[in-house]
Amino acid sequence: MNISLSITKNIHDWLLSIMPESAANIVEMVLIGLLYLAIFAILGLFLVLLERRIAAWFQLRIGPNRVGFHGLLQTMADALKLLSKELTGTTKADKFLYNLAPYFVIVSSLMALAVIPFTKEFHAFDINIGIFFLIAISSVGVIGILLGGWASNNKFALIGAMRSGVQTISYELSVALSLLTMIIITGSLQLSEIIEVQKSGWLIVQGHIPAIIAFMVFMISGTAESNRAPFDMVEAESELGAGFHTEYSGMKFAYFFLAEFINMFIIAAIAATVFFGGWLSPFGITESIPWLGVFWFLGKTFILVFLMMWFRWTFPRLRVDQLLTLEWKYLLPINLVNIIIMALIVWLNLTIQF
Amino acid sequence: MQETTIDKSFKTEPYQINMGPQHPATHGVLRLVLTIDGEIIKKVEPDLGYIHRSIEKMCERDSYQQIVHLTDRMDYLSSHINNEAVCLTVENALELEIPERVKYVRTIIGELTRIASHCLWWGVMGMDVGALTTYFYGFRDREMINDIFEETCGARLTMNYNVPGGLMFDIHPNFVKRTKDFIAHFKTKLPEYDRLLTENVIFQKRTKGVGILSKEDAISFGATGPVGRASGFSCDVRKHHPYSALDKVTFNEALKTEGDTFARYQVRIQEMWESLSIVEQLIDNIPEGDFRVATKAVIKLPKGEFYQKVETARGELGVYIISTGTKNPYRLKFRSPGFSNLSLLNHISVGGKIGDLVATMATLDLVIPDIDR
Amino acid sequence: MTNEELQDLIGSWFPNPETDKFSEIVEASETEGSSEEALEPSKPINPSLLEFTQEGSQFLNINVNPKQLHALMNQLKSNEQTNFDYLFCLSGVDWGEALGVVYHLESTTHRHTIVVKANTKDREKPTLDSVYNIWATAEFHEREVFDFFGIKFNNHPNLKRLFLTDDWEGYPLRKDYVDEINMVIK
Repeated sequence: MNISLSITKNIHDWLLSIMPESAANIVEMVLIGLLYLAIFAILGLFLVLLERRIAAWFQLRIGPNRVGFHGLLQTMADALKLLSKELTGTTKADKFLYNLAPYFVIVSSLMALAVIPFTKEFHAFDINIGIFFLIAISSVGVIGILLGGWASNNKFALIGAMRSGVQTISYELSVALSLLTMIIITGSLQLSEIIEVQKSGWLIVQGHIPAIIAFMVFMISGTAESNRAPFDMVEAESELGAGFHTEYSGMKFAYFFLAEFINMFIIAAIAATVFFGGWLSPFGITESIPWLGVFWFLGKTFILVFLMMWFRWTFPRLRVDQLLTLEWKYLLPINLVNIIIMALIVWLNLTIQF
Repeated sequence: MQETTIDKSFKTEPYQINMGPQHPATHGVLRLVLTIDGEIIKKVEPDLGYIHRSIEKMCERDSYQQIVHLTDRMDYLSSHINNEAVCLTVENALELEIPERVKYVRTIIGELTRIASHCLWWGVMGMDVGALTTYFYGFRDREMINDIFEETCGARLTMNYNVPGGLMFDIHPNFVKRTKDFIAHFKTKLPEYDRLLTENVIFQKRTKGVGILSKEDAISFGATGPVGRASGFSCDVRKHHPYSALDKVTFNEALKTEGDTFARYQVRIQEMWESLSIVEQLIDNIPEGDFRVATKAVIKLPKGEFYQKVETARGELGVYIISTGTKNPYRLKFRSPGFSNLSLLNHISVGGKIGDLVATMATLDLVIPDIDR
Repeated sequence: MTNEELQDLIGSWFPNPETDKFSEIVEASETEGSSEEALEPSKPINPSLLEFTQEGSQFLNINVNPKQLHALMNQLKSNEQTNFDYLFCLSGVDWGEALGVVYHLESTTHRHTIVVKANTKDREKPTLDSVYNIWATAEFHEREVFDFFGIKFNNHPNLKRLFLTDDWEGYPLRKDYVDEINMVIK
């Protein structure tokens, strides 16, 4: 645990003073878990609201503006409504898997959230294989989608789930390879080290051309990975009704919904960390105030989130075969060549460093 | 000994899935029974009748003035043109001399209706291929037309502005000015449509070469309107059998030869430009005069058969009246464009993906009450 | 082509055997000089099996016997001079004692229009030949006619109820259809 903010240190000392060390550690973990759950919920609700306001802005509408100040409590009210709704389901559904599926999705995105470095101090789990962990965990969520679609006993849901499986397996490659391209520069999988390296220039500047290509590939495949338009084949409301979550209602639906938004945040956060220096301020202008890092990090992330929302509200959806063509015939070869170029650049010391 | 052979090969079989009657892409209560192999469509079988009201039977009971009102409820997006079709049939049968003013106003409102219908179609087309924003842009422009209609005839959708013999009331004093404002506004907005959707690479990939309908098939299936014209079938009733003031204007029939989904899309966009030009040619020259000629309170058509075709936003609408000389028609048949266009859905969507079917269906521009008359 | 030319051309495809018989009989009577009865026609014999009329309609109407319907339609479509390739309206009509189908045809090359009517007196099992293999649009329109008038179409690939449910009794657009609950009769 790499927590050294004074508040957390105070809590840590206080806990140690009233209970043995092992118990204190467990209590601390539970507290951190609860904190991350809270972040998860608030972030999810805020992202939904953001999406709705941005969508409204694109679509000549006003969007939610009645509940709370400028509609800030709108999604809270929606969540309360979803909580109070009846949990329906199909009669012949596989009850166990059907109920399990939302938790797969939500737990995988929650785990991914754990390794995101908000600032130098605010980083729950700075594991030395951070990027690898993220890539591995982010593809677990698809199991939940597949299970949900399969167990719903609904053909539309099944088609949606199968599409999701195909899509995630394909685009997983590009996500991993585009991150791998950047790992060649950093030489480390640990997220905090990746950010340290960027003190001499963000990676997108250090790696210049191949880094920009990798960033574009990452954003495309990341959008696909989080099943958002124009890659929302999984839901494709004009084709499949609601796709894999057709048969889910109430809070179980909300889990899927929240997880989708958290996944989008995670993709944007990885991009901000790996390509844009995470919590580092541009040109180190606020280096003396370390806690400002969280604002820089969130600012960069939300700019990228906005980019993904921009995609969503302007592009039509791809067809499922075009989706696979894009990955296997374009993104993957580009990526492989890009890695070689990046390796050459690093080998020949052609990176730009300040 | 009897040998039993077990087939160990990995077998797949097509399955059936119900698209509709409550499905976002069927735009109403159309039910399609799809036979699918994975994602590939093997067969599309429409199941109709969820909102069939038997308007044709009701017409046999109603007077000719009443029938006009029923036609609103067929293709509600071309309600004015539907009304016009019945009125023209009755007027031709009675050999009434219709004032020029009526003809001009009918044509102007008819073309505005067509633009409004195409605006809505464009929005929904985008939504069907996954671009939700188009919907609101289409509705923004359609709203202006609806406001013009509301001011003149009090209704926005089911207009009932036509009566046999003319119009229900004269146009509103603001009509000409607001129509001109709309033309000026829409001329700047139509290129925006192209920038947002037509020129999008994903959209073109989704629509080009999808749902191809050859010219022979288009004629054989009776595909009219933009669907037929995208296949090269010159079927614009406004050109071949001009009615109202359409013989006084010059316009191009939007024709394409590709016959795919993108061609149908382009034909409709082109038609909006043509409709704008028709309105522009007429709006300054609306002659003074009566807005209606007097008809008898009870209209009795002479004995005989009368057929009138008009071009609605979806294609050729035919009104076939068999009269025995009484105040009700003996038989009234509506040849609705949507019904014929639906019949070719199976033909052009087999072999495509589910996504293709949705895109194809969007460009057929089906209005279900038009099919379920 | 004008309506008169169309009438002459189409009429010539289906010569009336009565006229042939008449000429044969005349020839026979010249040689044998017998069977003179019933040869004097009270009205001029139609040289064709088809009845043409333009009365009360803006188009040329052809009344055709159901037996010749399919052959006539096939010829109308495939003949170069007529080339009626566009069936724009197919309506079922209950004429009272007979049930019929009215076909409105147009040629997209010559731009002439014609109306073909085929009636059947059998109200119990009315049957006509399907024209779906000539114009594909007929498949759905014939299903509609079957649904509302109960006219069966031979060789139709998929003749079943289109709008109504399969167990619906009666054919609603017939004049003798009674539904006391749903129909408002004035």
